[in-house]
Order: sequence, then structure tokens, then C-alpha cells
Amino acid sequence: MSRVVTLKINGQDVSGREDESILDVARENGIEIPTLCQLDGLSNVGACRLCLVEIVGVSRLLPACVTRVAEGMEVNTESERLLRYRRMIVEMLFSEGNHVCPVCISNGHCELQDTAIALQINHIGMPYRFPVRQVDASHARYGLDPNRCILCTRCVRVCDEIEGAHTWDIMGRGIASQLVTDLATPWGESETCTSCGKCVQICPTGALFIKGKSVGEMTKRPDFLPYLAMMRNRKNGS
Amino acid sequence: MTKEITINPVTRIEGHGKITIYLAEDGSVSDAKFHVTQLRGFEKFAEGRPFHEMPSLMARICGICPVSHLIASAKACDALLGVRIPPVAAALRRVMNLAQLAQSHALSFFYLSAPDLLLGMDSDPAQRNLFGMLSANPQLARDGVTLRQNGQQIIELLGGKRIHPGWVVPGGVAEPLSAEKRDQILAMLPNAIAITQQAIHWFKEQLPRFAEEISAFANFPTLHMGMVDRRGNLETYDGYLRIVDAEGNVVEDRMTPEDYLDLIEEAAEPHSFLKSPYYKPRGYVDGMLRVGPLSRLLAANQISTPLANAALQDFRQIPERQSSFYFHLARLIEILYAWEEIQRVLNLPDILSEHVRAHAEPNAFEGVGISEAPRGTLMHHYKIDKHGLITYVNLIIATGHNNLAMNAGVKQVAQRFVRGDRLTEGMLNRVEAVIRTFDPCLSCSTHAVGQMPLHVQLLAPNGEVLDEIAR
Repeated sequence: MSRVVTLKINGQDVSGREDESILDVARENGIEIPTLCQLDGLSNVGACRLCLVEIVGVSRLLPACVTRVAEGMEVNTESERLLRYRRMIVEMLFSEGNHVCPVCISNGHCELQDTAIALQINHIGMPYRFPVRQVDASHARYGLDPNRCILCTRCVRVCDEIEGAHTWDIMGRGIASQLVTDLATPWGESETCTSCGKCVQICPTGALFIKGKSVGEMTKRPDFLPYLAMMRNRKNGS
Repeated sequence: MTKEITINPVTRIEGHGKITIYLAEDGSVSDAKFHVTQLRGFEKFAEGRPFHEMPSLMARICGICPVSHLIASAKACDALLGVRIPPVAAALRRVMNLAQLAQSHALSFFYLSAPDLLLGMDSDPAQRNLFGMLSANPQLARDGVTLRQNGQQIIELLGGKRIHPGWVVPGGVAEPLSAEKRDQILAMLPNAIAITQQAIHWFKEQLPRFAEEISAFANFPTLHMGMVDRRGNLETYDGYLRIVDAEGNVVEDRMTPEDYLDLIEEAAEPHSFLKSPYYKPRGYVDGMLRVGPLSRLLAANQISTPLANAALQDFRQIPERQSSFYFHLARLIEILYAWEEIQRVLNLPDILSEHVRAHAEPNAFEGVGISEAPRGTLMHHYKIDKHGLITYVNLIIATGHNNLAMNAGVKQVAQRFVRGDRLTEGMLNRVEAVIRTFDPCLSCSTHAVGQMPLHVQLLAPNGEVLDEIAR
């Protein structure tokens, strides 16, 4: 049984189990911290850095999703600096790929778009890179548009941790990182993909989509995930 | 030794264009050219996209006629799917296309061209715009605003928004029509019909003042292309293409979208980014075509709705109806047709049916979609790979079909009205006005209301400025 610790978030006294993250405890107390790569039911990787928070006594910012709470911790989730960094992160995501909301199938149902709106981003301050990326439409039912991928790795994790197929992976490093199926074979030729579609449903943007959708028609249904994760844990007796 | 006059930018049109007038030594006009100075690149950057995105991608070509591109694109995608879309979906698309036709025609006639018609070609350019109209004839200006608003409201009611609605999709439309929205649209129409009839009456009263313009505004024989239905009547959403000659003889009939490659060839001219399509069997330049409201009325046997058909029969009595000046009248007659036809379609018993979309995987690797945009015949031609990604796009925009005729028209007007030794603003306005009769959509994403700076320079061959007019 984990110990209960008490801490302050934004000056508010809160308590949580010591094996919980700052993000978990903040949410339990109705404190919103923006996230993109985090999804309940999947492991946390701290990839998107949107949930960075300030901790008194720690000089650097730490991601709330992978930082555990501790006794006496003082956490700030809102500040000018954090807002500036969060905006910068989202602007960099937009400038790094080819995100064109008005003609995107996920327009109006996109977590990246929602995040940008919540952070009141109305223009991108850095130059666009306009990378040349090919759509992979070789799968019979689904498509991958890497122009809209933010490398959150939700698909990689859901495929590995929930479906158990591990079809998705990240190839390359740094700015050259890209999503691949199997060993960078076309999705439609993947030998491991079970076509379950979980990756499509949990993708926060229009990068993974169901073929045949027109602009604004791609709505995602990630709600199955916490239920699946809960049932799996129960079966494993944890 | 020749001199050159440049009109740049051409105002009160949609997009960016420029006119160059070449003067001979004696000051008369030797040639004139209409240049389209912008390049868009849609055909290229659509490559590699899933074809289901095409209607909305292509709608972004234009903020004035997104619906036209939506419709032609969706029809090309229907061809890729190889499906016949539900009849109610076709009927609803037809309503949206007609609303688009009406709002765009109202914009062209009332906002862009009526200032010339009401205030005169030689009137003060500072007043020659919608605001000048509002003080000279407020009712006419208000009617124009109302008609455009009605068209835009119908588009919004159907598609959820006025500009770039995502409602038209491959296989049909995304949402059925509700009874409430149908009734809202139907309630607008009686007033819209009355206003349009008044505008036709007003325009005809103005005709005697413009005898000289009528005789010289691209008034020459050309072929005319327009869509007709199975009975040869005016059609704008889906039908057959027909080409008639200046005498009204049918040159080509019952053309289907697939035939366009055999019949239309595109020439590129060094002075313009706008391609110049022509009727292939007659060759370049004899195959010069006109398209748009005037051509549609000249190509059709009749109009299926009574009021517009009566107006068409009156129009048929006009001897000089080959003059592009009559594009204006044709535009008004088509607005009338649009309201009447929308009324007919929305009163169909099953128009509220929820069966408005067909689903299929791509069944063809090549598809052509043709519809009538406000400015004329619009063609979208796509090819896809086996996964449904676009490999080839060819778009023939209505304004392109008219390119050769617009150039010839500019020359005709310049030769009639421009004298190099005494430049007046009114002369040059006529050169622009002939372009406006065609209502070209060049960008098609911007337009100006009279206030854009017009700068004309008369240059000697050595570059010396001989004369200059600035608005």
C-alpha cells in the first residue's frame, strides 16, 4: 500500500499517493495541465513536454506526467514562463510538419488544434519547414499522413501495450524521426498489424485516419482505452 | 515605333490581372493583351493527397466560388468511386450550385459592373463603385446586397457556413436537409424573384445608353459552350455539354465529361499564366470558345422554369446578342432561373430523405467532373493510384475557356475607344469593363471594389513616360 503525501499545487494544499504523478494529483484536484502525448490507459513517456511545471527548489522544469509527487513539494502549473514555453512547443509542432487545419480531415476534432486554441495561439512565430512527406494509404482501411504527425508515440504505445502487436515504431533521430510500420514497410504490407484500429482512434491529430473521410469528418473515439486498461489490470490481478 | 499602355491592376474583377495596349506610330491601337499575373499551383500540390480530401482542397481555390469547385471536384470523385449518388443528394447539390450561381452573379452584376451601368463609363472613378451607387440609386444597391445575401444564406443553411462549406463530399452530401431549413430557404424566394425581375427591367432600360459599348464589347462570332439537360434545356449541375456556333447551329452535342480530352485542347501563351483552352477540332485560334451565362443561354433550347424562360425568349429577340455586353443580362436571367429552380427542387416530395450519401472504395483510377460555375463550364480531372492517392490533376476553369475571347475583346474595345494621343480615364475604364462582362475569376480569392489604384502609363519605346493617369 502506497503512502499518502501532501504537497502544494498553485498554493493549494493537496494530497496524493506517493506513486502518483503530479499530473494525476493535479487532475484529481481539478487543476488543468495541457498534455498531448499522455493518454489514460497508456504508459507515460514525457514526449511532448507540454505538461512542464515549476517545482520550488528545482532549477529546471519537469514534465508533470512522469514526475512523482513527494512530501512537501511545491508545484506551479501556471506562470508566464510556462505559458511562453507551452506556446513555443505548440508553435514548433505546427512549423515542423504540414498542419493545415482548414483542409484537414480532423478539423474541429483535433487535440493539437484544441491545444493551440486553448493557449490562444493565433499565428506561428517561427518559419515553417514545409517537409516533403508521403502519405501511406496502402492499408485497406486506414491511412497515415506523416505531415500531421507530432510524434507523440501514442500509436506506438497502444499497439505495443494494449494490442500487443508492436507494429508501430519510430525510425531515425531528432528532426529526421518518423513513424514506421514494421521495419519501414508500407502499412498495407505489415505482417504484424492486426488492423484493430486502436492507433487510429487514439491519434490526437489527423495523422492516422480512416480512409474515405472528408475534411472535418474524422472524429476519434479514444474512450475505449481506459476501460480496456482497467479490465486488463483486473485480469492480471493488480 | 510602338508605344505601350499598361492597365495594372485591372479593377473590379476577381483576382489580379493586367492589360497592355500596344499603340502604332499614328497613335491607334495595334494590339492589346490581357495578362493574368498570378500562379496558384493547385494542380501540383494536390498530388499525393487522398482523393477524399479533394473537394475541400479544391474549394480553397476560390473564396467567391468555393461551391463551384466543391461540386465539380465531388463529381470527379464520384466518378473515381464509380457510384451513382442518391438522387436527393444530387438534388441538394443542385440547390447549392444554383445558390452559388445566384450569389456570384449578383456580386458581378450589382457590385462590380452596375456602377458603370448606373453612373456611366466616363463618370468619376472615385464615385464609380458600390458606395457611389448607394447614393445615386440606393434601392438598386440594396437589391444587389439582398440577392447576394440570399444566395449566401442558402449555401450556409445547406453547408453550415458560407465560404468553404465541407458539406459536399464524394458520394453525395454529408447531412440531409431539415424541414426547418427548407422552409427558411423557400421563404426567401418570392422576394428574391421579384427583385431579380425588377433588375432585369432596370437593365433593359439602360441599354439605349450603351449602344456603342454593345457594338464593341467582345462583339464577334465565337463558339459557345454550355451544359444542357436531356431535352437540350439550360442545366448547371449535371448534364451534357453542347457547343453552338454564332448562328446557333449545334456543333457538338451530348458531350459527356469523358469526352473533354478529345474536344478541348489547352494552349499556353507566353504573356499570361492563364491557359487558353479551345475547341480542338477547329484548331487554335478558330476554336475560340466563350462560356458562362451568355453562352449557356445561347446554347440551350429553353429554360425549364417559366419566368426565366419568358426572359430568355425576349433575349432571343435581341439582334446583337453575340456581344459580351449581354453577359450582364444573361446573368440576371440565370439568377431568376436559379430562384425558380431552387423552389421547384425544394418542393420535391422526398427532398428531406436521409439517404444522401453513397459509400464505396475507389473503383476507377481516373475521373472527370464537369459542372457549370457562374462563369462557365468547370472541369476537374483526377487520376489516382491503387491506394487512392492523387497522381494527376487537371483543372480547366471557366475563366480559362474565355481567355482567347477576352483577349480579342480587349483588343476590339481598345481599338474602338483608345487613342494614344489623348488618353482619358473613361477609355481605359471601357477596356476594363469588357473584361468585367466576362466576370473573370482570376485568383480566385480576392476582389476589389473600385478603390484599387489604377495606374496607367503611356510609355515610349525608350521607356520615357509620355502620359500617365492614376486613380
